[in-house]
Amino acid sequence: MLTLVDSTSGTVVGHADGEDVVLDVATVGSGPTLLMLHGVEGREADSAFVDAVAERFTVVAPSHPGFGLSPRPDWCDTVEDLAYLYLDWIERQDLRDVVLVGLQFGGWLAAEMAVRDCSRLGRLVLVDPVGIKVGGREDRDIADVFAMPRGELDARNHADPAAGPGDLTLAPVETTEHIARNEEALALYGWEPYLHNPRLRRWLPRIHVPTLVVWGAQDGIVSPGYGRAYADAVPGARFEIVDAAGHRAQVEQPDTVATLVADHTA
Amino acid sequence: MQYWHFSETAYPYLPPPETIDSIRVTLPNGVIDPQRAAALWDRYLLEWQVADECGINLMMNEHHATATCMDPAAPVIAGILGRITTNARILILGNPVANRKDPVRVAEETALVDLLSHGRLEVGFVRGVPYEVSAVNSRPVQMSERMWEAIDLIKKAWTTHDGPFNWEGRFFHQRHVNIWPRPLQQPHPPVWVTAMTPGSAGHIADHGDIVASFLTGYEGTRKVFQAYRDRCAETGRPTPADDRFAYAALVYTGATDEEGMEGARKLMWYVKANKVPFEFVQPPGYTPYFVRAAGLRGERSAYDFKSLTLENLIDEGIVFAGSPSTVRGQIEKFHERVGGFGHLLLMGQAGFLEHDETVAGIRTFAEHVKPALDDRFTPRPAAVRGRAVDRTPLRAGA
Repeated sequence: MLTLVDSTSGTVVGHADGEDVVLDVATVGSGPTLLMLHGVEGREADSAFVDAVAERFTVVAPSHPGFGLSPRPDWCDTVEDLAYLYLDWIERQDLRDVVLVGLQFGGWLAAEMAVRDCSRLGRLVLVDPVGIKVGGREDRDIADVFAMPRGELDARNHADPAAGPGDLTLAPVETTEHIARNEEALALYGWEPYLHNPRLRRWLPRIHVPTLVVWGAQDGIVSPGYGRAYADAVPGARFEIVDAAGHRAQVEQPDTVATLVADHTA
Repeated sequence: MQYWHFSETAYPYLPPPETIDSIRVTLPNGVIDPQRAAALWDRYLLEWQVADECGINLMMNEHHATATCMDPAAPVIAGILGRITTNARILILGNPVANRKDPVRVAEETALVDLLSHGRLEVGFVRGVPYEVSAVNSRPVQMSERMWEAIDLIKKAWTTHDGPFNWEGRFFHQRHVNIWPRPLQQPHPPVWVTAMTPGSAGHIADHGDIVASFLTGYEGTRKVFQAYRDRCAETGRPTPADDRFAYAALVYTGATDEEGMEGARKLMWYVKANKVPFEFVQPPGYTPYFVRAAGLRGERSAYDFKSLTLENLIDEGIVFAGSPSTVRGQIEKFHERVGGFGHLLLMGQAGFLEHDETVAGIRTFAEHVKPALDDRFTPRPAAVRGRAVDRTPLRAGA
C-alpha cells in the first residue's frame, strides 16, 4: 500500500468541515508562480515537463485529493470541490498573476477554476483538456477510458504507445498502485456525466485571461476537433497542435509544450 | 434450515468463446433468438414451480447486459412467482440498489410483490457485481455508501404510514415519500444483504438483517459469518440465530455420486463461461486500489474460479455434489465449519443443464437430502409467514 502524506509530511492547502486539507505538493524551480494541475497520469509521470517548465517558473504541482500520495477528505468528490479548493489556496497565499496549466483532467479542473474566478490568474494553458460536451447525445466525445484494454489505452494516450506504462504485469507494485489509485480518483470525479460538466462550455466565455489550448495531433482520447471547439469557446484563445503527441502531449513532447507555455507567458 | 432454488436464468446458446471478447456488457443482444429466450423463460418458471411443490423456497437475482442472466428486473419475476406458486417464500437476492437511481421505486415494487404473493416476499439487497457498473453507468466508487443509504430509505418508505416524509441524503433526494401500496408483511418483509468479505458484515449485523455469502467456500464464509457474530457480541446484541446466515453454493444431487458429479459438471458453465475482460471485472473503485493494482499485475482474483476443477471447488465448499448421502455430508460439514447457518441457496441450474436434469436435481434433493437434514437442523420459518395463496398453480409453457 502507498504511504500517503499527512499533516507533517504534506502541505496544508485549505480548511473545510473543521479539518485541514493536506496534499502532496512539489515545488520546483524559480520565477513567477505556475500552478500545474496533473491528469490521471499523475504528477510523477509529468516530471520531464515539470523540469522543463521549472527553468523559467516556480512550478507548484499538487497531487489532487485522491491522486498520488494525497489523501482525499470524504466530502471532496466533485471537480467543483477541487476548483474551490485551489482557488481558495491561491487566495490564502495571496498569489497574483498565476500561470495556471491544466493537463487533461487537470485541464478540465483549470477551466472550472477560471470560469469561477480569473482575478488572480495571469495566463491559462490547457493541454488536451476534457470537461466540455461538444457533440450530440449519441456522440462519445471522450473515449471511454474505463472500458478498454490497457494496450488500447496506451495507444490512445500516446502517439507512440511505447511512451505509456506498457505491460503492467512487469511493472513495479508501486507503479500499479499509483495507476490504480489515480484511476479510482478519476472515476470518482468523472464517472457521470462522463469526464465533463454539461454546463461548462456555456460559461467558458467568462475566461478573460490570455488562454492557450494545446493539443496532441494523435490524441486518441479526445480529438483535435474537440480541442478547436474548446478554444473557440474561450474568448481570444490560441490553439496549437503538437506533432508526435497523443492525449498526454506533455509526456511525449515535454520540451515542445514547455516552449509553448513560455511563449504564451512572454 | 431453509432451502432455496436459485437459477440465474442464463441464455447459454452463444457463439464459441474464442470468437467473443466478453459474455457481459459488450456481447450484442442480436445473439439472442427471441423465440428461444421465451421458451427458456417458460422452463425456468416451471422449475421454480417444481421447487415450490417440493417444499423448497425460491430465489432469483437480477443482472444487466449479460448472457448469464436474462432477468434485468427481478421484481417482475418475483411478481409472477407470487401468482404461480403456492407456499414457497420468494427471495430477490438481490436488488442492486447501489445501481438503482430511485430507491423509492424499489420500495414500491417490493411492496406490490409482497401483496401479490400474500406476504411471501423476502427482499435482498446487493451492491451489484463489478461488470454491472458499465452496463448501467453506475459509479463504481462509493457504492457501499449508496447501497446503505438506499436501504435506509427503502425501509423507511415501507414503514412510514402517517403521510409523506422528506429525504435529502448524500445520494438520494425525495420530498414526498409515501408509497402506495404498502407491504403486507409487518413491519416489512425480511431483509437480506450480501457480504463477500468480513468488512461488509458488521453493518449488516447492526441492522439485524440476514447476511448472505456467495461461493465463498469454507474459509471465506466462516470469516464473514464470524465478523457478523463478533459485531453482535461487541455491540451487546443477542447471539444471532442460524437464520441470520445464508450461503449460496452450486448444488447438484444425483441418484448416485456419478450422476451428481455429472450434473455439477454442467453447472460449471456458470464458472467457466464467465469470459469478461479485466476492465469490466475490476473497474476502478469497486475494490480497494491495491487489490485492483494486483489485478493489473495479472494476479488472480479470489473470485476467479476459471482455473479450478470441479474437484477443487468441492474441496473448497463452493460446490456440493454427489449422491444424497454425499451431498448431505458436504452440507453438514459446511454447517460445522462455518459455525452454523440457516439458509442454503442452491444454485441448481446453469448453462446446459436441461430441464429434466434440473427437475431431477431439485426433486432428489427435496426427497432424499432435505428430510435427513431437517432431522438434524430443526426447520424453522424463514421469517414472518404470510398466508399461502389458495390456487392451482399455473403451468408455464402449458
